[in-house]
Amino acid sequence: MQYVCPMPKLDFDRITLGHGSGGKLTNILLQTGVFDLLSNPYLDEHHDGAILELQGPTAFTTDSFVVSPIFFPGGDIGELAVNGTVNDLAMCGAKAQYLSLSFIIEEGMLMTDFWQVLVSIKRACEIAGVQVVTGDTKVVERGKGDQIFINTTGVGQILPTAKISMNTVKEGDVIIVSDVIASHGIAIMSKREGLEFESDIESDTRPLNGVIEDLISKYGDSIHLLKDPTRGGLSSVLNEIARDSGLGIQLEEKNLPINEQVKAACEILGLDPLYVANEGIFIAIIPSNLAESVVEHLKTKVECRSASIIGRITNDHPKQVIIKSSIGGKRVVNMLVGQQLPRIC
Amino acid sequence: MKKQLTYRKITKLKYVNEYRDEDLAKSYLAQIKDIVTKPWNIMEVCGGQTHSLVKNGIIDLLPDEINMIHGPGCPVCVTPIHLIDEAIYLAEEKNVILCSYGDMLRVPGATKSLLDAKAGHADIRILYSPLEAVQLAQNHPDREVVFFAVGFETTAPANAMSVVQAHQLGVKNYSILTSHVLVPPAMEAVMDDTESNIHAFLAAGHVCTIMGISEYGPLVDKYKIPIVVTGFEPVDLLQGIYMTVKQLEEGSAELENQYSRVVKSEGNQNAINLIQEVFKVDNRVWRGIGNIPQSGYEVNEKYAAYDANLKFSVNIEDTPENADCIAGAILKGIKKPSECSQFGKKCKPEFPLGAPMVSSEGACAAYYHFNFAMNQI
Repeated sequence: MQYVCPMPKLDFDRITLGHGSGGKLTNILLQTGVFDLLSNPYLDEHHDGAILELQGPTAFTTDSFVVSPIFFPGGDIGELAVNGTVNDLAMCGAKAQYLSLSFIIEEGMLMTDFWQVLVSIKRACEIAGVQVVTGDTKVVERGKGDQIFINTTGVGQILPTAKISMNTVKEGDVIIVSDVIASHGIAIMSKREGLEFESDIESDTRPLNGVIEDLISKYGDSIHLLKDPTRGGLSSVLNEIARDSGLGIQLEEKNLPINEQVKAACEILGLDPLYVANEGIFIAIIPSNLAESVVEHLKTKVECRSASIIGRITNDHPKQVIIKSSIGGKRVVNMLVGQQLPRIC
Repeated sequence: MKKQLTYRKITKLKYVNEYRDEDLAKSYLAQIKDIVTKPWNIMEVCGGQTHSLVKNGIIDLLPDEINMIHGPGCPVCVTPIHLIDEAIYLAEEKNVILCSYGDMLRVPGATKSLLDAKAGHADIRILYSPLEAVQLAQNHPDREVVFFAVGFETTAPANAMSVVQAHQLGVKNYSILTSHVLVPPAMEAVMDDTESNIHAFLAAGHVCTIMGISEYGPLVDKYKIPIVVTGFEPVDLLQGIYMTVKQLEEGSAELENQYSRVVKSEGNQNAINLIQEVFKVDNRVWRGIGNIPQSGYEVNEKYAAYDANLKFSVNIEDTPENADCIAGAILKGIKKPSECSQFGKKCKPEFPLGAPMVSSEGACAAYYHFNFAMNQI
């Protein structure tokens, strides 16, 4: 779907410090840009904050986005900022509803680039069914930022049948990953200055709230835990689960779904796909008797075509993640130390 | 000028899945078990092989008689402290853009690592190729760009190429800080150490891809030990180990080439020519081991203008290794990482006491990250 959102005619082509001053230039930027494009009854109030009516258990999350480059194969920082927070809410078992949106813009950013980011935000909000209800814009001097940083905060009410909690994870539960791993990190890497390589690899950034709401409505409290393995990759999330649950995790290397091009890029660059960032997949921990059913259900969704059972929860080796290699050997999968690649999201 | 380093389009890789085949791996394991009758100490020279052995869980799968000993073939691990300090000094005090492979950044120098210096605003950049550093020098004619040229024979041609290219392009603000080491002298140093007890070597496939295999025949003759040039995938390693054990059990000592799909006997002549154009063989200090005669490359007189050591006349004295670190014994295969009293305690990848805990090819980090951490953490 192609969005037609022509940029309004403005008498400036770059963002200046004045656009963050709170004065006239800020108002021009907001009125002609942000408010019109993202219009909804809450935002249209133009008040200091949004007044929301929420009832019952509510999830609340925040995330900042500093990805470089801001436009990458398969997405951009605007789309990422919406999807990232929408997905964090979904992992709590919440229906993503409202977002705040804050920009820290570097002086000199092209207005056309900022507009493109805004249009992406609008489109991502529409696809995910969320509204931006409040926000902020600041501008920092050239050299004090990197084009644009975005923070989004989200709230959403917990779905009635959801009972997502670390406490419900049990020995014997299985771990399902919703789709191929490591695509986002490799897509970003393919465009990093000095490292460009040709590929068809695209970031997997996408909202997962629809899939998750559907999953919870079908399986309810049988979904013990949901997590989206973003910047630290699958290994970090699994290690967090092992640490926080006090249980062990066994993985099967052979069952990890990965795109052949991503796998090839990881081989060439010396990266372990378990440590490479994702933006549009989740892991679900569920009772083993539902494993096949959940995988079959997920595979009917376009976002989850490669859903696979990748491992299980065990009482052996508590707090450790151990993978069975493709030839049958075993090794410990530790958390990422340092970073494989900075500013990935 | 924006740098343009575009790799060929990446598609599915050949020769990867074939060499990770479970059935083939199991068949070699069974063959090894069939023929082994005595305990054997086999050293894999290259850190890449160590990494693969532990990553694939091969050490646990091998019969108890086979004791894999991890050699000094991790370039990051053997780069002396004073060279790391020199790199930090150039970046901090000489306003140099210091470029390095990523692994080198976390290795502790005397007081800090390159990563610490980077956090303190030194201009330190992680690159995948020294040719990018030449482009960087072209893009920043007002700055000096230094590439930290670390590695065995494998990375020497690319580093030499960067010097030749800078020379051809008239780029005068580029130089390399050389820490190049050579495999055969290291194998001799290991064999000459009275404490070591090595029965055979898996020679490093990638090094032999460049240099060929002719340097290893004399070692076979001198020490009467089998040497098998071996690749890096699980099936490569198991086949290499099988060929080695077969020789040991038969009492023979030959030079064999398991990795013949990549390694030619004569090596890569173009790469060798480049190395010879830019470098000369010289004495080298290996971290944890000490001075080994004629065991490394230095930039030769013809290209002296590209030698960062000469260009900046920095002379930083070496600092003793952390007293708790047994890196020397690890690198010579005398001790296993898990035999170190600080392994997994004071020394972890996030707070390494010594270099072998930093690089993924370092024996300590490999043990920590993979199998042997299980009982230690």
